[in-house]
Amino acid sequence: MPAARQWYELMPVKRTDKTPMPQRDATDRAQDFDEVNEGYCFAHAMFEAERCLRCQDPVCMEGCPVRIPISEFVHAIAAGDLPRAASILRTANPLPAICGRVCPQESQCELKCHMAKRFGPVAVGHLERFVADWERSQPLGESPPPPWQSARIAVVGSGPAGLVCAGQLARQGYPVTVYEALHAPGGVLRYGIPEFRLPNAILDWEIDALKRLGVEFINNVIIGKTIALDDLFDRHGFSAVFIGTGAGLPKFLGIPGENLNGVYSANEFLTRINLMQAFQFPEADTPLKVGKRVAVIGSGNTAMDAVRSARRMGAEQALVVYRRSEAEMTARVEEYHHAIEEGVKFHWLTNPVEVIGDDDGWVTGLKSLRMELGEPDESGRARPVPIEGSEFVFPVDNVVLSIGTTPNPLLAKTTPGLATHSWGGLVVDEQKGETSRRRVYAGGDAVTGAATVILAAGAGKSAAEAIHQDLSAGL
Amino acid sequence: MYKILAREDFSDVTFLLEVHYPMLAKAAKPGQFVIVMVHADGERIPLTIADFSVERGTITLVVQAVGKTTREMQQTCKVGTALYAVVGPMGMPSHVGERKKVACVGGGLGVAPVYPQARAFKQRGAYVIGIIGFRNKDLIFWEDKFASVCDELIICTDDGSAGIKGLVTDGIAKAIEVHPDIEEVIAIGPPVMMKFCADATRPHDIKTMVSLNPIMVDGTGMCGGCRVSVGGEMKFCCVDGPDFDGHQVDFDELMSRLARFKGEEREALERWTRNENCRLMGEEPHPSG
Ligand SMILES: Cc1cc2nc3c(=O)[nH]c(=O)nc-3n(C[C@H](O)[C@H](O)[C@H](O)COP(=O)(O)OP(=O)(O)OC[C@H]3O[C@@H](n4cnc5c(N)ncnc54)[C@H](O)[C@@H]3O)c2cc1C
Ligand SMILES: Cc1cc2nc3c(=O)[nH]c(=O)nc-3n(C[C@H](O)[C@H](O)[C@H](O)COP(=O)(O)OP(=O)(O)OC[C@H]3O[C@@H](n4cnc5c(N)ncnc54)[C@H](O)[C@@H]3O)c2cc1C
Ligand code: SF4
Ligand code: FES
Repeated sequence: MPAARQWYELMPVKRTDKTPMPQRDATDRAQDFDEVNEGYCFAHAMFEAERCLRCQDPVCMEGCPVRIPISEFVHAIAAGDLPRAASILRTANPLPAICGRVCPQESQCELKCHMAKRFGPVAVGHLERFVADWERSQPLGESPPPPWQSARIAVVGSGPAGLVCAGQLARQGYPVTVYEALHAPGGVLRYGIPEFRLPNAILDWEIDALKRLGVEFINNVIIGKTIALDDLFDRHGFSAVFIGTGAGLPKFLGIPGENLNGVYSANEFLTRINLMQAFQFPEADTPLKVGKRVAVIGSGNTAMDAVRSARRMGAEQALVVYRRSEAEMTARVEEYHHAIEEGVKFHWLTNPVEVIGDDDGWVTGLKSLRMELGEPDESGRARPVPIEGSEFVFPVDNVVLSIGTTPNPLLAKTTPGLATHSWGGLVVDEQKGETSRRRVYAGGDAVTGAATVILAAGAGKSAAEAIHQDLSAGL
Repeated sequence: MYKILAREDFSDVTFLLEVHYPMLAKAAKPGQFVIVMVHADGERIPLTIADFSVERGTITLVVQAVGKTTREMQQTCKVGTALYAVVGPMGMPSHVGERKKVACVGGGLGVAPVYPQARAFKQRGAYVIGIIGFRNKDLIFWEDKFASVCDELIICTDDGSAGIKGLVTDGIAKAIEVHPDIEEVIAIGPPVMMKFCADATRPHDIKTMVSLNPIMVDGTGMCGGCRVSVGGEMKFCCVDGPDFDGHQVDFDELMSRLARFKGEEREALERWTRNENCRLMGEEPHPSG
């Protein structure tokens, strides 16, 4: 154990630098699933909040998908008024403790921040997390009144989109029931994002807060299988339905050897660990077999989560293999840096072409080609092209595929008249989030394809407003 | 929720549970399955809906105790207790088409699941030949249930203690000999058995549907752990199946993938048995598990 550091040792040397996030030592933390970031203490937060210039044109807010009045909440911190900071935050973003941890701030608010042009940006994300964590440490207030509206609303899926939609409607007095297919609510926040980034306790606190507002959670119900969507209206008497079913269907590469033992989709790998707690096997019943050498294919947040989980599950060599270059990586930078610190090796411009196995059907290697960047493709990114004769094999025991997901077709397939795009996303009216079916709204990854927590939360929030307006207007 | 209303033990490894879940009973169709968790730390295991009753609001599961979870169920799932989670109905319902003559084949843990299909074919007016296999006479169950929906019932035992001596494939051979006009065979059981059933019908060109049992996690198409190769294509058994054309299925791959966690399964079972023995002896469970 390294000696505990004093808070002032973590203060930036120059006032122009962003106050670093205190974090656990990399060798230590790569052994367990406890949270990596330790959070600011009050002094860090005050110091960092003071760095904000309170600009006339707070461009940071433009970078925020839900338009948090950032300078206001940061100013409230600087003034030592945490209750006000918390209330400003929560009004704009119902999931601040979660977003403070997982939002890609470097490409949103912090990218725009005026300070970022010359110095480090204000650490908006770290401050958001600080305020939300403080709020969670406070005693709960009085119980809110029970729902007073007569129209009942069903929410399908309990990811960020569903949770936020349910919360906003409950605050408007609607009795809301959330149906979740899995045995625990939270969507990707539960089954995908590991506890070393987002501890379950935080998610549970948010869900308990919704329960206090009167939201009812029913797990183990698949809408479209256990209950048909139409029956939610006809038999169960709901007046409106919000669909937040996410984009949970894993893609495969279509290369030989993908069905060998030891190849997992990132969803299977992470679900076994997070939802089923396989890292506690045999205390928890669900196993996950992780060898000494693991290759993860992809470069998004999911790939980072998978490769860092592999390290924690005992892999001595954990590598990321991606056919494009570092510049095209889509993961949050913080996770990328954490992964490097934890000993993950990155192989850019490397395209996997075949998973190789032994006679018993177990993975022994990943055959890949070296790539170089060529002309830009449709997406404007330089197209990677294979280098002739560069084929080689990574000797590995496991391959985890993290190459994207698409919306699950299950609900659309079983619901007449629910229109989807050819790629599976639900078709919605941009303004209201209403689908092709009357009084059926949708938002989050189910509509956009795999995106971010804050976009899903934002979509849940605006759909809740639309539902309230339509119901009030008797539309 | 998920309360166990009735239990019946068919043998020292096979038992039936009738579980109260009216919403699911209403939605269930033959060929579908549920995912069950015994307790909060339990595994999610798939079990076929062997029967369901809308009136009683129940589904019936027939379980073979083969490993940690199913052995634990055998111990703890008493009438009056409840399961931690039951979710479904999952998978595509079996396609019960217009057929004049079919054979429904069940072996091992496939005996119970093939029953609702036999019943559905009977209800649609087909001539149904039931072929069910057991190791010996003592393990036979649901003979009367099958008899009531089958026009002919062939029982096969490994040791010949009841019915014909031999495997269900011998039963199939016999049935085809007498009824060359069988239009479809439905075979459910362990993968090897289904593989041999498919081999037995292939030369006769009889369509053979099998119900696959890969390892699953979510059962909603989210993990891809249940993927199987059918006709050279990747399918997710939980949403695209579990029924597939047996002549197209890569059984060897399925069997190899079923062994993915063999070491861990053995470890879990041994640990559980050890603790169970301590408990029975009135001792504290072993600290190392
Ligand atoms: C491993 C991983 C890491 C990520 N990291 C980040 C990150 O750091 N930052 C970030 O911003 N984003 C991240 N994302 C993306 C982000 O998590 C998603 O964009 C977001 O969760 C989408 O929210 P949602 O509410 O639309 O759907 P989801 O979170 O996918 O939730 C959908 C829920 O609906 C349930 N459901 C589906 N169908 C049905 C049905 N028919 N009936 C009932 N329930 C149903 C599902 O079981 C699921 O629980 C990550 C994603 C993954 C997979
Ligand atoms: C669609 C489907 C329907 C099924 N219906 C029935 C049924 O009606 N009755 C019945 O007794 N069994 C049924 N099974 C098999 C049953 O799910 C397994 O026997 C059970 O999961 C074993 O768990 P265990 O912990 O007791 O044994 P373990 O020791 O964990 O495993 C024993 C064997 O069961 C298989 N298995 C393990 N975990 C899983 C899992 N999560 N999902 C699927 N298979 C697994 C593996 O091949 C393993 O080698 C079905 C399986 C599927 C996929
Ligand atoms: S742009 Fe940066 S400095 Fe300006 S108000 Fe926003 S956070 Fe503060
Ligand atoms: S069980 Fe996860 S996709 Fe089928």
